[in-house]
Amino acid sequence: MHIIDRRLNPKSKSLGNRQRFIRRAKEEIRNAVNKALRKRRISEIDASEKIRVRSKSLSEPSFGLGRDSGSRDFVLPGNHEYVPGDTIAKPPQGGGKGAKEGATDGDGDDDFVFTLTRDEFLDIFFDDLKLPNLVKAKLKDVRSPKPVRAGYSADGPPSKLNRVQTVRNSFARRIALRRPKPEAIRTAEAELAEAEAEAAPDTEKIELLRAKVTLLKRLRSTIAFIDPFDLKYNRFERVPKPTTQAVMFCLMDTSASMSELLKDLAKRFFMLLYVFLTRHYQNVQIVFIRHTSIASEVDENTFFHSTETGGTIISSAFEEMLKVVKARYPVSDWNIYAAQASDGDNASIDMGRCIELLDEGIIPLCQYFAYIEVGASAGRSIVWDAYEDLVDSHAHFAMRGVTSVDEIYPVFRDLFSTTERT
Amino acid sequence: MAKAKPNQQSQKPLFDGAEWTFDSLKHIYDAVEEIGAGELGLNVYPNQVEVITSEQMLDAYASTGMPLMYRHWSFGKHFAREASQYRRGARSLAYELVINSNPCISYVMEENSALMQTLVIAHAAFGHNHFFKNNQLFVEWTNADTIIDYLAFAKDYVNKCEERYGVEAVEAIVDAAHALMRQGVSRHPKRLRTLSPVKAAERQERRRVHEEENFNDLWRTVPKAPIDESRLEPDEVEGQQALGIPEENLLYFIEKYAPRLDSWQRELIRIVRILSQYFYPQRQTKMMNEGCATFVHYEILHRMHQKGQLNEGAMLEFLHVHSSVLTQPAYDDRRFSGLNPYAVGYAMMRDIKRMCEEPTQEDRDWFPDIAGNGDALGTLKSAWADYRDESFVLQYLSPKVMRDFRFFSLHDEASERVVEVKSIHDERGYKRIRAGLAAQYDVSAQDPDIKVTDADLSGARRLTITHSARNGVMLDRNECDRTLRYVAQLWGYRVKLVEVAAASGKTLREQEALPMP
Repeated sequence: MHIIDRRLNPKSKSLGNRQRFIRRAKEEIRNAVNKALRKRRISEIDASEKIRVRSKSLSEPSFGLGRDSGSRDFVLPGNHEYVPGDTIAKPPQGGGKGAKEGATDGDGDDDFVFTLTRDEFLDIFFDDLKLPNLVKAKLKDVRSPKPVRAGYSADGPPSKLNRVQTVRNSFARRIALRRPKPEAIRTAEAELAEAEAEAAPDTEKIELLRAKVTLLKRLRSTIAFIDPFDLKYNRFERVPKPTTQAVMFCLMDTSASMSELLKDLAKRFFMLLYVFLTRHYQNVQIVFIRHTSIASEVDENTFFHSTETGGTIISSAFEEMLKVVKARYPVSDWNIYAAQASDGDNASIDMGRCIELLDEGIIPLCQYFAYIEVGASAGRSIVWDAYEDLVDSHAHFAMRGVTSVDEIYPVFRDLFSTTERT
Repeated sequence: MAKAKPNQQSQKPLFDGAEWTFDSLKHIYDAVEEIGAGELGLNVYPNQVEVITSEQMLDAYASTGMPLMYRHWSFGKHFAREASQYRRGARSLAYELVINSNPCISYVMEENSALMQTLVIAHAAFGHNHFFKNNQLFVEWTNADTIIDYLAFAKDYVNKCEERYGVEAVEAIVDAAHALMRQGVSRHPKRLRTLSPVKAAERQERRRVHEEENFNDLWRTVPKAPIDESRLEPDEVEGQQALGIPEENLLYFIEKYAPRLDSWQRELIRIVRILSQYFYPQRQTKMMNEGCATFVHYEILHRMHQKGQLNEGAMLEFLHVHSSVLTQPAYDDRRFSGLNPYAVGYAMMRDIKRMCEEPTQEDRDWFPDIAGNGDALGTLKSAWADYRDESFVLQYLSPKVMRDFRFFSLHDEASERVVEVKSIHDERGYKRIRAGLAAQYDVSAQDPDIKVTDADLSGARRLTITHSARNGVMLDRNECDRTLRYVAQLWGYRVKLVEVAAASGKTLREQEALPMP
């Protein structure tokens, strides 16, 4: 008889099965994820998600007996009142009263709920956005601590051996234990040779010297040059990056020409920026500014789900943003990011003011300013033409015309390619 | 506290409270073994008790309870479903899981109390274990010594196939084979031949190496002869007999004769088939197996209490668990979900014990050869060894048990709007109910009767399978369509399904399926 403790065995033996299952249900899961993204707040993007799956591709059919033909006999427990010859009305939907024979296991109704982990959820989100793998990995890595030197330790991998410390220890130990130097031995040997070479050898002296040489040699061989005791290794501690904070401004044109679909595109755009920022800053705040001909700061729900009527004056949003920055987010304490989404429509008299504000006010303030133009005319609008001049003069300005979600990522390409930002 | 009564052997309780340690587990095991193997004389495989977490229990569920299993999405699906139900609190996990292997592996959960561990060891490591080792079906059909090795081989083999041919290609075969699992059982063995897994692996490897060494691209351009001509010897005219038609084991037939499969695909089908065959005795003896284990744990725990090894608190906990496991809700109860195998099995076995020891006149009339024979344990042991659920009910279900359960038998005509009550627990009804219940436990009567009836290997290569519909019960249409497509996929050519009435032989329905290109 053996009693074995299996509790420490590697966990999630069924991970491989789960991955296969998710791959199999990919279509359904992707639809569910997209639905979830619509409901989700931007700041909730990387939480796990409950998914309800109902799918033909997940059923496991087998030959089973039907319920709508022929006759069957069965035995049930718990008879209270019936005698032979009695009849019992069948419950609706056919099917004998709870008769269990021929029940297929787990088929028929394949609708069930399970929870996608954060990683799985992000995977599918990123898949749609066509992020390069390296970027995906970087974004999914929650912790990005930095190794920081933290003194020395007595053990570690050979590559971390600190030679200076080790030799210093060895030196001290050799001195303390009086390990003879080679010269000392050589001198002793020379003395011995001299004594032996003398015409009248003084045997007593020779014995003494001989003993001295053997002792020195023995000491030298027993007291090692480098003892394991001397070894010192560099020690590193993984320290989280210094606390930093960022504020992300979402600017969007909410005039009637922005349909729900375009807003959804814009939402993905904001989400991606948010995911990026949360990887780099411990505290990320989001400010939503919508505008028509006038701009106002609103909450997320209003931002995405209400439409207004009115003309479009983009500069009003920039002015609002500058006001918010001044009031709440001093540049010295906050990293400022801005993302603007619009269908490219603007009052032509406003363009001059817009460019001026961007060029002198907004862009110098921001770590990064990204602009996407959504909709059919993406890339051919009045705003687009005016913004194009800014690309060359500002490294932190990016813009892109977008008609589907997989085109969003390139807007941020520069952002993701800079490996170390502080 | 357990103050043992004067006339009993008095011992110190094995534990006090719910906590247990690995040491106390060992003591518990020894005490259980002393009674199980000693006093009850159970004949068991060596035991291996493994302590696992609830997470691992879910893992084990997902892979049909086996410690090793090849990887497949459907296990992931079951896991996701079990896990979500468990987390919602909709169902609790089993306290133990036991595997028919030698040594017999029992999983026990870490959060079980000390009493539960005692119960589980008595139940699984002695009850189920004895049944596995002695029941004729298991002895004849399964090979407890090699199953774990075989699973290891299967897992490894599927893994290698996935690497070599891709996950999708492997899934295509395994999905289809899973769909036919119930038709992958030989109910009447020609000869049980189990290849040791190591040999199976060697054979596979030799075959592959041979193929690679003799690879010549020219062969690709030569029209392929039906692979199995060699197997059709000795006489093509009598091909049908040579193929063993009619053949009830669809998976076996496809594995051997499907014209288009590669050898690795045949091996995958074989793996599924062997597992299906391995589980077949468990399906046939579910009720007896659980009844036996429940009977054994009941006897052992009572004896331990008698000896003073269990205190009153532990005993109350035991009785609570024991009776909730044995609950049998009535047919009109909301909780009703069929007959509880624990309840029926245990009730019948207790009743056998009662008949052996304190028979009534009725028992003497019904069971003259066991009533009052005084050897309950011997009677039960021979029943455990020689019967399966169906024959056990037919042989041993007594009027008293029928009365206790208030069994009644019904007749359901699909075309009618009512179900008719045929018999109840009275003098006229006993025998009919007994026969009806036995039929209900007959797995081969509950699975559709499907056979390969024709395979044209030299011409159009059409495969014909026939479902003979007992009592006119036809296959479920929706499931049938999709399953038949799987058959066609494996066979590689057109497949025809014929449904005939079992009694008259009249054709009820015909349906064909083609493999997807």
